[in-house]
Amino acid sequence: MNMSENDFLLQVQHLRKYFYRERLFSSDRKPIRAVDDITFSIRRGETLGLVGESGCGKTTAGKSILRLIEPTSGQIFFKGKNIVDLNREELRRLRPYMQFIFQDPYESLNPRMRVGEIVGEGLEVHRVAQGREKVEKVSEILMKVGLHPRDAMRYPHEFSGGQRQRIGIARAISLNPELIIADEPVSALDVSIQAQILNLLMDLRDQLGFTYLFISHDLRIVKHISDRIAVMYLGKIVEMADGEDLFRRPLHPYTQILLQAIPRLKPSGRTQEGPAREELPFHSLEKGCLFQLRCPHSRERCRMEEPILLDQGEDHLVACHFVS
Amino acid sequence: MEQGQLKSFWRYFKRNRLAVGGMAIILVVFFIAGTASLIAPYDPGKTDVSKKLKSPSPEHFLGTDQLGRDVFSRMLYGSRISLSVGFVAVAISLVIGVFVGAVAGYYGRWAETILMRFVDIMLCFPSFFLILTVVALLGPSMMNVMVVIGITSWMGTSRFVRAEFLSLRERDFVHAARALGVKDRRIIFRHILPNALAPVFVAATLDVATAVLVEAGLSFLGFGVQPPAPSWGNILTEGRTYIFDAWWLTVFPGLAILITVLSFNLLGEGLRDALDPRLRGRR
Amino acid sequence: MVIMKTPLLDVRSLSTHFFTEDGVVKAVEDVSFEIFEGEILSLVGESGCGKSVTGLSLLRLIPTPPGKIASGEIFFDGRNLLKLEEKEMEKVRGNDISMIFQEPMTSLNPVFTIGDQIMEAIQLHQNPDKKEARKKAIEMLDRVKIPSPEARIDSYPHQLSGGMRQRAMIAMALSCQPKLLIADEPTTALDVTIQAQVLRLMREIQREMRMAVMLITHDLGVVAEIADRVAVMYAGRIVEYGPIETIFGEMRHPYTRGLLESIPQLEDKRKRLNAIPGQVPNPMDLPMGCKFHPRCYLMIEDCKKEEPPLFQVNDNHFSRCIRWKVCCY
Repeated sequence: MNMSENDFLLQVQHLRKYFYRERLFSSDRKPIRAVDDITFSIRRGETLGLVGESGCGKTTAGKSILRLIEPTSGQIFFKGKNIVDLNREELRRLRPYMQFIFQDPYESLNPRMRVGEIVGEGLEVHRVAQGREKVEKVSEILMKVGLHPRDAMRYPHEFSGGQRQRIGIARAISLNPELIIADEPVSALDVSIQAQILNLLMDLRDQLGFTYLFISHDLRIVKHISDRIAVMYLGKIVEMADGEDLFRRPLHPYTQILLQAIPRLKPSGRTQEGPAREELPFHSLEKGCLFQLRCPHSRERCRMEEPILLDQGEDHLVACHFVS
Repeated sequence: MEQGQLKSFWRYFKRNRLAVGGMAIILVVFFIAGTASLIAPYDPGKTDVSKKLKSPSPEHFLGTDQLGRDVFSRMLYGSRISLSVGFVAVAISLVIGVFVGAVAGYYGRWAETILMRFVDIMLCFPSFFLILTVVALLGPSMMNVMVVIGITSWMGTSRFVRAEFLSLRERDFVHAARALGVKDRRIIFRHILPNALAPVFVAATLDVATAVLVEAGLSFLGFGVQPPAPSWGNILTEGRTYIFDAWWLTVFPGLAILITVLSFNLLGEGLRDALDPRLRGRR
Repeated sequence: MVIMKTPLLDVRSLSTHFFTEDGVVKAVEDVSFEIFEGEILSLVGESGCGKSVTGLSLLRLIPTPPGKIASGEIFFDGRNLLKLEEKEMEKVRGNDISMIFQEPMTSLNPVFTIGDQIMEAIQLHQNPDKKEARKKAIEMLDRVKIPSPEARIDSYPHQLSGGMRQRAMIAMALSCQPKLLIADEPTTALDVTIQAQVLRLMREIQREMRMAVMLITHDLGVVAEIADRVAVMYAGRIVEYGPIETIFGEMRHPYTRGLLESIPQLEDKRKRLNAIPGQVPNPMDLPMGCKFHPRCYLMIEDCKKEEPPLFQVNDNHFSRCIRWKVCCY
């Protein structure tokens, strides 16, 4: 890796994750391409938003990057080190530097462990702090995320969704990571609690200098928290740009449709009739652009040839033959 | 299990009258087994031919057998054997079953293939005849019976544990532990096992009932606990010869086995229903 | 829009309580509202605010026990639904009021084709022969803009995408031409692009059929998109009630304001949001006085004392805040 790329904390190159359906009496080995050749980088201190609709592969991408599920192929450079090549123990030693925040605050906390054990487990496992010192450290972390030190003695089920998400965040920041992948961290929460958690994530970023990969389906939230935004569709990144730039001039037809669909929150500005095409199952596509069936501008070339992600200037990347 | 869950578990459990009754009977049987030497009116081995085959009377609650031994006292001591065999055998099968299931479920791949195919092979043998064969080879004794029942009855547990591990392995809190860099062994013991055990123990309760029954069967066939040691099974066997003259020699041990096994089954079902939120509120 | 004087649905002081082993949950408390023919009223609030229970109470679908409609009156088309025999209520449910839910999969039977299910609904209420019913079902599918309805009518629910299923569900709900449609989070399980389409569809059909809709949702974006009037619920009560422009532009309750400001604006970036502090209260342990006071930035001592009534801000705008004059914009 050369010097000029040193300010990238994370570089993902040609990451793929395919799932093979197991069928006993069939030779059908056509995989589901959950993540299909995605490439992007995140600078130190930057927040990259990864946005897309359900089933687009954004969560799989996030988990593959931390090797919580094993990628099918591709390279993942974290601080210049390709973590795909690491063995279990080497990877385990690198874990403190990169953490994950999960979507479902009910699923992501072990119901049989006290909050203190959940938050302090990383400290213990990596021998950062033990005993008395660990307890103090845990109190400190709990306060950082807006919980009370005595909450350490309680069990997860005694907390509401928003507070549980705070516990999950406390666990993620307990080892002072550099990179945090947040997978829909607020989408399971009520609106008023969403705002609290978003504020917390932004405050922590400002105070502790985290780098985020922020995964969400909610464009408002992604726009609010991210510096740059990557839009995923059916396992691929179709557009990636600075957040402001992306909202000002969305170039990919899919991004345009997504942006149009955001409810305006102003009764006077109700969304007008857009290209209302019903979504279609994606297994039917043999070749060409993945978006061709929903695209209002689809032409012959789109059916024959798959577009690649190209820079249209100012770091604005689009995968479309007919950039409008 | 932590307090809140325990409370709600108990609330659902106690609604099931039969299960509570089963638990009460089991506690009584336990108490009897524990205090048999104190409450038994006679020495269970003491023979007195002058009093042979007496029918139940105030002197001998449940009568006497062909050697003049007090059936009531023998039954009390017999409960010790039935319960020990039941629990030790199930403990052995749990240890093996949980280990095999955990390794297969957590590591997957070739470990899973080998272990689970081995389970399939074990399941191909009709287990009672397998037990008979092994006991016949090793010689009948209480120890052998316990071990043999244990090592021939773990397959259900291992399948069950494997399934639990397979689903728990993909839960987010396990992913979270892995993301923290927690080692495999700790993930298994701190994160997965505690969440898999409750249903395993429920299944084990039902297994105790089976083990008690198997022991009785073995003793009945003469391959189990050897006379003169009293077990419900061999009291039954010995009484078989006198079934028309001394009904009490077969009826009481038979009833004891029936009630104990039934109680374990009722308790097990009650526990299962109370632990499974989907089954709650069906009563 | 012409609003008729007498409302189609008139709910007065509805209270629905659940008697659990841990105590009484007053899920809905003293809720009153009206819906007029041809309008969309939205009940909006966060989880546990009682909006869904209100919807189920209207159809008398509250599981009893533990639930019970403790008091109130529900006038629909002049009749008090709470006084009807169960038999008559069944007729109301199929003919006059329909309901659609968040997850269409739970209300569609997986072993029958969508056509079968729509035809069944049609045959139940009108009495056409099989051929006629099928024709009508295809018409309904066409009406909810399912492409090539002649082919889709023989699909099973699992063969359809989420958006298609919700459309099929709407077709089924509309097949008996109800006067009132209760839609409980109809687009929450859908992706944004599909949500926009389904909302547009609901709006169109509602206008065509001059049907009244009660839309239950947690999403103010959805409300802004299609509602005419809004009732904001918090802790089982309606805290603000008024026309949509008023609720979004001149709200008079701090909770409404807090909800709106919790949503990131597309214009500003990386700013802290004006989040409402604290948690939604435990329904079994509600605070004294105004239920919102522990989280309220306008709270004064009087707020803790007694529960405020609904103050009339103007002829069609109400707020349950004693400080509505200084709130909120």
